[in-house]
Amino acid sequence: MTCQSKVAVSPKVTSSFVQDVQAIVGKSNVSTADAVRQQHGHDESYHSTEPPDIVAFAESVDHVSQVARLCNYHGVPLIPFGSGTGLEGGVNAVQGGLCLDVSKMKNILSVNAEDFDCSVESGVTRVQLNNYLRDTGLWFPIDPGADASLCGMCATSASGTNAVRYGTMRENVMNLEVVLADGRVINTAGAGRRTKKTSAGYNLTNLFVGSEGTLGIITKATLRLQGIPEATISATCHFPDVQSAVDTTVQVLQCGIPMARIEFLDEVSIDACNKFSHLDLKVAPSLFFEFHGAEAGLENQTKVVAELVKMNGGSEFRWATDVDERNHLWKARHEILWACMALKPGSKPYSTDVCVPISNLPQVVVRTKQMITEAGIIGPMVGHVGDGNFHVFFPVHYDDHVTLKKVHDVSHKMSLIALELNGTCTGEHGIGIGKRDLLVQEIGAEGLAVMRQLKDTLDPKGIMNPGKVFF
Amino acid sequence: MSGLRILVGCKRVIDYAVKVRVRPDKLGVVTEGVKHSMNPFDEIAVEEAVRLKEKKLASEIIVASCGPQQNQETLRTALAMGADKAIHVLVEDKDYSNLQPIHVSKLLAKIAAEEKVDIVLLGKQAIDDDCNQTGQMLAAILDWPQGTFASKVVKKDGSLDVTREVDGGLETINIKLPAVITTDLRLNEPRYATLPNIMKAKKKPLTTKKPSDYGVEIKSSHQVLSVEDPPTREAGQKVESVDLLVAKLKEAGFMKS
Repeated sequence: MTCQSKVAVSPKVTSSFVQDVQAIVGKSNVSTADAVRQQHGHDESYHSTEPPDIVAFAESVDHVSQVARLCNYHGVPLIPFGSGTGLEGGVNAVQGGLCLDVSKMKNILSVNAEDFDCSVESGVTRVQLNNYLRDTGLWFPIDPGADASLCGMCATSASGTNAVRYGTMRENVMNLEVVLADGRVINTAGAGRRTKKTSAGYNLTNLFVGSEGTLGIITKATLRLQGIPEATISATCHFPDVQSAVDTTVQVLQCGIPMARIEFLDEVSIDACNKFSHLDLKVAPSLFFEFHGAEAGLENQTKVVAELVKMNGGSEFRWATDVDERNHLWKARHEILWACMALKPGSKPYSTDVCVPISNLPQVVVRTKQMITEAGIIGPMVGHVGDGNFHVFFPVHYDDHVTLKKVHDVSHKMSLIALELNGTCTGEHGIGIGKRDLLVQEIGAEGLAVMRQLKDTLDPKGIMNPGKVFF
Repeated sequence: MSGLRILVGCKRVIDYAVKVRVRPDKLGVVTEGVKHSMNPFDEIAVEEAVRLKEKKLASEIIVASCGPQQNQETLRTALAMGADKAIHVLVEDKDYSNLQPIHVSKLLAKIAAEEKVDIVLLGKQAIDDDCNQTGQMLAAILDWPQGTFASKVVKKDGSLDVTREVDGGLETINIKLPAVITTDLRLNEPRYATLPNIMKAKKKPLTTKKPSDYGVEIKSSHQVLSVEDPPTREAGQKVESVDLLVAKLKEAGFMKS
């Protein structure tokens, strides 16, 4: 059974349609200017810009609802836009249509410090929220790197370097307000509900988490907060090979050490960092650790990990508690993206994103390195090794089609290897445009058919972000 | 050698991330229901004091704030960051609009003397009034040396090396203790208060005083006449040719016809 989407007939966005949109959001919130459309037709991925026909800025859930109803009536594709920091072309208007920018809805609606939850509108970004929370002693720990919009992070089921301790969006979203294709507004867990757990009805919240704008537009999210760590210890060490680094990671986790971050950098990355940040690290597979917790227990945890590192042939275990020293130790990891781009000045990073059970990680890494060498391209590796998730940051010039093709081929093959090894083609970035064929292989025909049925039920006209997730 | 005693001044201001709105009566900005927090430069001052204590150079940190009841929240945040005790000089809402840097500097001078401090750390300016006066006035009242716009402070024997951010670059001066320092952005990155520390802060001493306890009268010598939004920016115009550009410039009176 092929998975052909019901292609939304995208009529040219007529001037009468534009006027209707203006009547909803106000003239100053509508633009058909080339520059504005171009800016809303791409994210941070390698996918070339595909601008929408019209950009509208919503200032309320009512705007979003009315615009959805209008688009649904006319069959105009509708694409939500948060911060534009996606990595899989999720906002590219492959069939034209209307891009609905929700970034103006910037209110932090409530913070319930005693219950460790908060509610935010679609335009609130991660850094904005954490700044707001700073004197409550709480934070929202999911850190995908960019200052992404939180509802966008819901839509892509984002994750980050501390998922190993705090989870991904799937585990930290309690409730969502979603506008459906026909303009209906629902609260996935019920209006105002913010309990730590529930058994009431279907888990609609997690249906929309990761749906990449194809099932509805998220206008509000109720999120789980955590206490800001009392103390932090950072550490680094080097290994003779990938296997020993991964073995150490597995053992650390099995010891029940509540690691906050375990990051892996391969020797190519370390070399790039030495060159860019003027460091003098041993050019070898390395692990970067971060421990969060009460001061009392942390040093102990660090000692246990130091032992395990030694047992696995690791060396030069260095650790620090002072914030400036910690930043210095982690400098390589913090600057890795720029270090990769500096390997080829003027390049942009093309990031892969496979994730496998941790025990299968060495295999994927070794086979990937082989492919990279055979292709004759530069591919530094960074891994959230505690999750079995790693990225190759290929520095590419997007107009260098020859290299881009090689990179794309390696990336594709990496996903196939991951699928072979009980893994997924995307740990954190989403399917977007580029991984639709991989999704078919990953989920299988029957599972995908169910996804298709849900999509067709919630979006019969196929207007919600067409061309993403499914064909 | 016994540690230094440090006084840090904290002001409660509208949070820097808030979009400020002018009040309908055009005599001020909307503060009702708006998020407030510690002045960012004061956070840096508190952080610097805490770091000095962690380095065992300081023995006690006293934080002070002048303003209405809500200022106690700001003081509790400072206590959660690591200050030891707080003094709240209560200035009721109705008098608060009259409170000026001159009053604050007089109050802080009295507190500094009472608490026998060696260093007063203040933010270089508040982000609501941008006065940049309190530190300097305070130093004059106390007749203490001042190191303003500090981006680095190093303790020496009986003195401080203060690196100041000035227009020409960085200037390093040596000032004898006791001294007044005002902090600039690059001095440090303030820590966030953690939950356990917020709990502990609730138990740290916080005394409430009145300006009259220090012999200071909050009487303003100036009156706000009006507060207005900057004019809204108008859309630009695109012209197709140089001739058209010249014509439009002449029309608008920017060029002689």
